[in-house]
Amino acid sequence: MDQPHHSLDPRVNRLHLPESGGPVEVQEGENWNSFEVFHQEKRGAHHEHVGCVHAPNAQLALVFAKEQFARRKKCVNLWVVRSSDILAFNAEDEDMFANNAEKTYRDASGFKVMEKINQFKKSTNDKK
Amino acid sequence: MTKNDALARMLTAMADDALIQGHRNSEWTGLGPIMEEDIAFSSMAQDKIGHAWALYRMLQEDLGGQDPDAFAFLRNEKDYKCCHFVEHPNGEYDFSLMRHFLFDHAEAIRYQQLRNSSFAPLRPLAEKLKGEIKYHTLHANAWITQLCRAGEESYARMQSALNTCFPLALGIFEPDEAAEAILVAEGVYPGEKQLKEMWVDRIYNLCAAAGLNLPAEDGVTPAYGGRKGYHTEYLQPLLEEMGAVFRSDPQAIW
Repeated sequence: MDQPHHSLDPRVNRLHLPESGGPVEVQEGENWNSFEVFHQEKRGAHHEHVGCVHAPNAQLALVFAKEQFARRKKCVNLWVVRSSDILAFNAEDEDMFANNAEKTYRDASGFKVMEKINQFKKSTNDKK
Repeated sequence: MTKNDALARMLTAMADDALIQGHRNSEWTGLGPIMEEDIAFSSMAQDKIGHAWALYRMLQEDLGGQDPDAFAFLRNEKDYKCCHFVEHPNGEYDFSLMRHFLFDHAEAIRYQQLRNSSFAPLRPLAEKLKGEIKYHTLHANAWITQLCRAGEESYARMQSALNTCFPLALGIFEPDEAAEAILVAEGVYPGEKQLKEMWVDRIYNLCAAAGLNLPAEDGVTPAYGGRKGYHTEYLQPLLEEMGAVFRSDPQAIW
């Protein structure tokens, strides 16, 4: 265990990290990446995030995702996106969203439209 | 030989290929190179056994054959009609991947032709399996392409696996003259020779794209014999293991 950079992850060990601790250039296909998987249940529906797979490239990520995440429930398509291509806020920036709950004037719930919608539905049904 | 005899010979060969290939591939379950691949390969092995089951059932329902489970597990070795290709033990993953690549492209072509078969029960089955087989070939193509680009050792192993597998894979198309003459005349399917030519065209292009050299057909000896019931030394131990649970109580309801 006193080996430098010894890891329990074989993917890290395969990199043969230099003892100097300098940066390592990883070539395409040389090491595996994680890809986020998005599942679409029917045509036109949103793709929903369902998990991730490890793969050497996007094509194999898609191949793996098909059996990982689309072998049971209904599915018409999948997306895969390299996890490192996703830009996110830092956890400590959560305070930007802190007052959302107070700004109820932004909620769409204030608009009373169901009555009109029902009326419209009824009128179109009557015409049929 | 009647048309039904000829059909039974063809369906038995197809089903036995799928069953034995499915069993061999299932031996990787839990041992695959990474979890994602383990799941994908196991899932495809299940598909293969499903294909075999559908064909055994067709033999029973449309051609007066035996119960599918009994037929799959209780025959003597010489009554199996699988090709030698599917009997060989797994060895390294390069061999299994190459076998999967060559076998599934042969399946894709065979079932594509059977979608127009004059034997009605084959048409909906061929239609039903289309998407599964498409995934199998997509998976195989992705791996072959990836491994042929992953450095010298990886490429050399894929080429070597292709050299080993190619003569064995030609055994998929072992001629069965008497039966084929009837099946071709009746429009059941185009015959083994024609399927083989379509298969060679298809894999030649895929191999070329991956930088692999497909061995010349006239330079190798196809591994024939399986369709006539002559098998490699590997089939009998496989059958013993595969049928062990079933034979312990053939009447059991699962």
